[in-house]
Amino acid sequence: MITIGDLGIVRDVVESADGHIEVVMTPTYSGCPATEVIRADVITALHDAGFPDVEVRYQRAPAWTTDWITDNGRRVLAAHGIAPPSASVLSGQGVRVELSVQCPQCRSAQTQLVSRFGATACQAMYRCLSCLEPFDHVKSY
Amino acid sequence: MSERNVDPMAAALFTYSLRLGDDALILAQRLSEWASRAPEIEEDIALTNIALDLLGQARALLDYAGSVEAAGRGEDDLAYLRTERDFRNVHLVEQENGDFAHTIARQLFFSTYQLFLYEELISSRDEMLAGVAAKGVKEAAYHHDHALQWSVRLGDGTEESRQRMQAAVDRLWPFTAELFDTDEVEAALVSQGIAIDPSTLRPRWDRSIGDVFATATLTTPPTIWTSHGGRRGVHTECFGFLLAEMQYLHRLHPGVSW
Repeated sequence: MITIGDLGIVRDVVESADGHIEVVMTPTYSGCPATEVIRADVITALHDAGFPDVEVRYQRAPAWTTDWITDNGRRVLAAHGIAPPSASVLSGQGVRVELSVQCPQCRSAQTQLVSRFGATACQAMYRCLSCLEPFDHVKSY
Repeated sequence: MSERNVDPMAAALFTYSLRLGDDALILAQRLSEWASRAPEIEEDIALTNIALDLLGQARALLDYAGSVEAAGRGEDDLAYLRTERDFRNVHLVEQENGDFAHTIARQLFFSTYQLFLYEELISSRDEMLAGVAAKGVKEAAYHHDHALQWSVRLGDGTEESRQRMQAAVDRLWPFTAELFDTDEVEAALVSQGIAIDPSTLRPRWDRSIGDVFATATLTTPPTIWTSHGGRRGVHTECFGFLLAEMQYLHRLHPGVSW
């Protein structure tokens, strides 16, 4: 499965001389409900690994971008049927133009946006016009 | 702000953070009222997703306001234990959802303002405000795009949808002027490179909204009256009802968490 490292939300891990561990992370979206769960899981994982003194700090700037998702992260997302973020460009009028999203099942570029908002803040809903499968797409952000 | 803290810059920063945070919080509360009631399921998800983004911004801003105030109040205390007169949001965000066109008109007016505000606030010398803006600007751009597309689809749609969209624009127009009000709070912080003077956003907002109206075949309403006072804690009639619903659970079970 995908790691928080592959998602590009871990900024830094610092171990002090006294054994204190500080993990610095960036939230994906301001209101991402997974933020607190991830914090708790990181603390638990570090406790289990033998580090009792752990602190998780969220840092907002610089803001997280989908560019920070690693190549491996993109492969894992696609393997799980979630289309990874595609390249997007800003037009002269400031309108964001997104290049076509590839179907994670059959790799067709003939896909259609169903809804700009999906099951989570970071996803949009698409369907493939070739194999007809619906799928989630991590929005370029 | 408590009288113990007399540093005028801290007091201004507290109020400014509250103003931005309350705008986001109250609009999030209004939008979440659409959960399970939107015209189609995709819109249900869209409006609640937007609410979630705004709630995230509100949490960061209220948490920051609490730390600036240094009187021991956290985000929950500020959201749930203040009364009407202590909220600093503009009247626009507290207005009732109305029909879908009213919600879209409110979204268009607010997201355009918030997008332009955050674009400028990214350069704030206050690290926290700049961070919220850097994160929020991407969200506001998405909200703005959503509102813009619906405004055009409804305005330049059927006779019925055009009529409703125009009625919504007419109804909410008097509440837009307040977005650009500025007073001594902003003035003190602008001189320090911390805040943005909202009045400077107005020309760009006017042009942008004018362009959307033109594309959507909507008419800019004449300005007959404008609504003001939210930044000083004077609110419209519907606000007390909103707070009652938003704060009920927290006040019924003080200090509860899950």
